[in-house]
Amino acid sequence: MISRQVSERIAFGVISLTAVLVILPIVGIIAYIVVEGAGAISWSFLSEMPRDGMKAGGLLPAIIGTLALTVGTAIVAVPIGLGAAIYLSEYSKDNATTRAIRIAIINLAGIPSVVYGLFGLGLFVIFLNFGTSIVAGSLTLGIMTLPVIISTAEEALRAVPQSFRLVSTSLGGTRLQTIRRVVLPQALPGIITGIILGIERAAGETAPILFTAAAFFLPKLPSSIFDQTMALPYHLFVISTQVPGMPLQIQYGTAMVLLTFVLSLNLIATLIRRYYRQKRVW
Amino acid sequence: MTEDQPSSSGIGAAQGVATSSRGARAPSGSLAERLIGRAIQVTGISTVVMVVLIFAFLIREGLPAFVRVPLSSLLSARWYPIEGYFGLLPLIAGSLIVTVGAALIALPLGVATAIFIAEIIPDWARDILKPVVEVLAGIPSVVIGFIGMLVIVPAFRVALDIPTGLTAFTGIVLLAWMALPTVVSVVEDVLDTVPKTYREAGLALGMSRWQTIAKIVVPAGKSGILTALMLGVGRAIGETMTVMMVTGNAPRLPSSPFDIFQPARTMTATIAAEMGEVAQGSTHYHVLFAVGLTLFVITFAINMAAAMVVFRRTKRAERMLS
Repeated sequence: MISRQVSERIAFGVISLTAVLVILPIVGIIAYIVVEGAGAISWSFLSEMPRDGMKAGGLLPAIIGTLALTVGTAIVAVPIGLGAAIYLSEYSKDNATTRAIRIAIINLAGIPSVVYGLFGLGLFVIFLNFGTSIVAGSLTLGIMTLPVIISTAEEALRAVPQSFRLVSTSLGGTRLQTIRRVVLPQALPGIITGIILGIERAAGETAPILFTAAAFFLPKLPSSIFDQTMALPYHLFVISTQVPGMPLQIQYGTAMVLLTFVLSLNLIATLIRRYYRQKRVW
Repeated sequence: MTEDQPSSSGIGAAQGVATSSRGARAPSGSLAERLIGRAIQVTGISTVVMVVLIFAFLIREGLPAFVRVPLSSLLSARWYPIEGYFGLLPLIAGSLIVTVGAALIALPLGVATAIFIAEIIPDWARDILKPVVEVLAGIPSVVIGFIGMLVIVPAFRVALDIPTGLTAFTGIVLLAWMALPTVVSVVEDVLDTVPKTYREAGLALGMSRWQTIAKIVVPAGKSGILTALMLGVGRAIGETMTVMMVTGNAPRLPSSPFDIFQPARTMTATIAAEMGEVAQGSTHYHVLFAVGLTLFVITFAINMAAAMVVFRRTKRAERMLS
């Protein structure tokens, strides 16, 4: 029989090797895209319209479209998500309504993104007659983002010590005053982190905007929120699968721009979380 | 108390706190205050309304499919919408094989990675690796599909010596990898909740660290690992872009569950690839919604089951602590 020490060494070795093998490609994929795509990046790549059937020129309409969808998503998801989180953390009692809300959030988190796309098509594009548009896409992405925002914001609100609320209440503060002046400011960094993470996910999504907002190619920028728009994730899909003879460098460059946008949101969220966790006195 | 589900982006769930004690005794205040309180309640309830709305619209657009296409045709093995063949079996089989395969690979890899991060490496390394794993959750699936197409697909074709690298297997491998952040974060949370005294008891009895992990910590977190499996499955079955880009999209019925080195097509990829081209209100349109409805029902069931497991675990933890 092998000794405890040897078996431990073998087991830890196997586990460490496995972990390294799955973690390394994460760094690898990012590094690879940067190496292959960096050559395509230039000011004109970011600031010009595509030319020659998208085989030359820049990404401007896709970048603007993704920014518009991101802002739209935030406008839809932040008020509802924050409200729902405050309700769950500060108001709700342990009753059937609360359980229904929790079940709803769990399920919203699990619905496949392409099914959100179908829903957006059915409700916003067709039934409400918004057409394939920035509005329809933002609403679809916004609803999809809700569970992320709600669960992180609720976690941040619950992390505020109960004694803070008791002190506020004992000084004569009403529940709303307590929430607004004591709980929310304390939980704000956590809430912002959650919002950024939710929006980051929406910014990189393709399936929900396929039939609700995205256009294959547009010769000019959208002029209203009821116009369709190009978007970075869908553009990457289009140029890598639908356009024959697309220069590889443009494909990698597009992937790099998308990845940079999404991962910088991720980085900002991580930094905020880390900074305030260290600063926190309770 | 709560059935919080750790979110897929790797943020732990709110720990269960008795909801009823939160600010319950604060005075309710003025009319304005009560109105705002009411508005906040409405936003909470709106989440339920949204799930109902999603379900309602999928039914509204999906049910006509079952009226227009006979059930025997829907359950046939041929998906060729242009000629009116709407057999869903190849799509269901494609989703099933890719999802189950991905989950089977993701679970051991995820558990190993979680043990590595939570139990083996020192704190400073954990502070670096945890965000790296979370970054994976942030990489858009279209980017992973893109790299899959350009790098993984040709590599598999050569390495496995098969006619095309666009196979179910390619999808399985990439999906398993993508499901990792979900599995790792759930399992890590669970390992965290196993009381320290359990470990100390193991070590005090002369067990090695590994024996303590394998015989005490992991078994104590069994239900959480089950949750991780279900959430991983839920994530894999809904994945669209990566699967569409690397599995070849041939709607064929696999000859056996191990027939994974050939092209396959999932339900999600079918919707994404075809919905853009169908006429609104056509049979094809309604059938695609029916596929979406099926996906909704499956993920709903998986998530409810996962929630039940979490719910029971919390109950048990409360008993143990009391």
